[in-house]
Amino acid sequence: MTTAEKTKAAPRQRSDVILNYLRPKKKFPNVWCAGCGNGIVMSAIVRAIDKLALSKDEVAMVSGIGCSSRMPIYLDFNALHTTHGRALPFATGIKFAQPHMKVIVITGDGDALAIGGNHFIHACRRNIDITAILVNNYIYGMTGGQGSPTTPTAAFSTTTPYGNAEKHFDPCKLAEAAGASYVARATVYHAPQLEKAIMQAVDHRGFSLVEVISNCHTYFGRLNRLGDAVSMLKEYKEKSVTVARAKRMSPEELKDKHVIGTLYEDDKTEFCDEYQKIVDAQMGEK
Amino acid sequence: MVDTQRKLLLGNLACVHGAIYAGMRFFAGYPITPSTEVAEGCSRELPRIGGRFIQMEDEIGSIGAVVGASVSGVKAMTATSGPGYSLMVENIGYAYMTETPCVIINVQRGGPSTGLPTKGSQSDTMQARWGPHGDYTAIAVAPSTVGDTVTETIRAFNLAERFRTPVTILLDEVISHQREMISLPKPGEHQVVDRVKPTASPEEFEPFAHTAGGVSPMPAYGEGYRYVITGLTHDAMGFTTNRPDEIKLKLDKLRNKILNFKSEITKLRIEMMDDAEIAFVSYGSVSRAVLLAVALARKAGVKVGMIQLYTVWPFPDEELRDYLVGCHKVIVPELNMGQVVREVGRILPPDTEIHSLLRYDGEILTPMQLLEKLEEVM
Repeated sequence: MTTAEKTKAAPRQRSDVILNYLRPKKKFPNVWCAGCGNGIVMSAIVRAIDKLALSKDEVAMVSGIGCSSRMPIYLDFNALHTTHGRALPFATGIKFAQPHMKVIVITGDGDALAIGGNHFIHACRRNIDITAILVNNYIYGMTGGQGSPTTPTAAFSTTTPYGNAEKHFDPCKLAEAAGASYVARATVYHAPQLEKAIMQAVDHRGFSLVEVISNCHTYFGRLNRLGDAVSMLKEYKEKSVTVARAKRMSPEELKDKHVIGTLYEDDKTEFCDEYQKIVDAQMGEK
Repeated sequence: MVDTQRKLLLGNLACVHGAIYAGMRFFAGYPITPSTEVAEGCSRELPRIGGRFIQMEDEIGSIGAVVGASVSGVKAMTATSGPGYSLMVENIGYAYMTETPCVIINVQRGGPSTGLPTKGSQSDTMQARWGPHGDYTAIAVAPSTVGDTVTETIRAFNLAERFRTPVTILLDEVISHQREMISLPKPGEHQVVDRVKPTASPEEFEPFAHTAGGVSPMPAYGEGYRYVITGLTHDAMGFTTNRPDEIKLKLDKLRNKILNFKSEITKLRIEMMDDAEIAFVSYGSVSRAVLLAVALARKAGVKVGMIQLYTVWPFPDEELRDYLVGCHKVIVPELNMGQVVREVGRILPPDTEIHSLLRYDGEILTPMQLLEKLEEVM
């Protein structure tokens, strides 16, 4: 039975939603390991976009380099798979040139916070209406498990064979401090919450960040003895606390916990809107 | 702002006039001497015509935003100098691979590294050809006056749109900070080329199709085609590939779409070459001194001429060879340690003498120095 027949026969199932957004002529399979969290993130994005009823044509999906950055190639949107760390400047060009577009950036911890760190803080500062979905798996997956800016202190990677001597970034705190106007966190265990966060982020006018804690059992899990994909997801379940619950917990209790939900939101003015005011004023003056 | 008035114009602002004439409506850049007036001019002029200006966090981001705007269907450019161009080469390479039209102005200063921020130079000529890693063919143009800068900027945009490729304008500090009285072009005086849009339906559309001309029609994001653009080597559909036949096709396309149409790209200025026995071959600001030196030498009865390369890349091998047929001596003056002289040497018959006149101390070559060199080789 073809997808089209299925759609006609019954109310649209979850799998049909996903199929509807997969790029029709793309040669599959994808590059991701079996059990990778990227699939959960991708389906959450697709469901969020479907619920927001956005037209596929008005969505531009931009990414850099890394495992999660392959996502735009698989999805049926305007796809720009760019250079390592640079997705946000390319996305800025698209959004600024065509402010009606919904621009979503898929990035990883290495892509956004190491090589792309400067672009990340400045996109936040401008508060340009772009949604960045940062898939944080604490490691460089595509190149084989090297330490990243989110690799926890003492954790093992192929470039921290004796344990990581460095400190790590909290991407959400970084984004908030740099000026982002919507910041949320979810894990790949919390798929419905992730979907909701993405919906809110895409709907928000201004720079929005959704950090998704995701499993790289192949490298981070194996090197740190965290077990397979399922055990890593179970750990996310156990270690996550909602924003509401976190408010009642001490810093000591919150150590090693993932606080999930909307962490920050404000309604400061958005860059393209402000620039349009300048254009309107200057064109009016001529 | 484009009018027929005569205007005393700064070289860097001539770029802005030319670019807006050619349809540029998006500029992203980062401040760097001696290019800054290009960004300042764009920040003033673009909002007045509904365009967009953004100062990015660095040059890497600037060229990224330019590519993002271009795939959105807006003609876009950036301006920088050597150190900034060095940072941009990553995403200029991306623009070559993804066949994204855009213009990069390099107002050259002395290098390497931070070098000589306020001194003119032509030492990035090879960088404009070989900047990014990998195999590709580059287009670069070199104006020599403020007036040239307007027309060469228009031409750079036309070439970028025609061939779906980045085009570098090799300006230098000498021209960029020079004021000259020029006539701005009237509307319609110069042809303005726009990229070819697809006629195929989105279902049948191949974003990187191998066409007879080598250039694939390019829709803008949002026009219903929803295709993949990637810096990974890709097939005609834009999908990543490791297949040797598809890899070769892609790289051949990047080369052939330009080299097979070189006659459309090459632009030379020929002065007093009909009976010339000695020729100067120059480009950029040095050509101004050459023109005067040749005129003075002619008055003294020396059979000397000049060829100015407005198109430096792709190097005009065949055309240049044809013009140099009757010459037995060629002098190549440059503000660097010898870059284009090697290209000229490559195409000359073995019995033609080639001489280099190089200056790389931050100062310009004067007509007197050129005449001295001429006397020396005669």
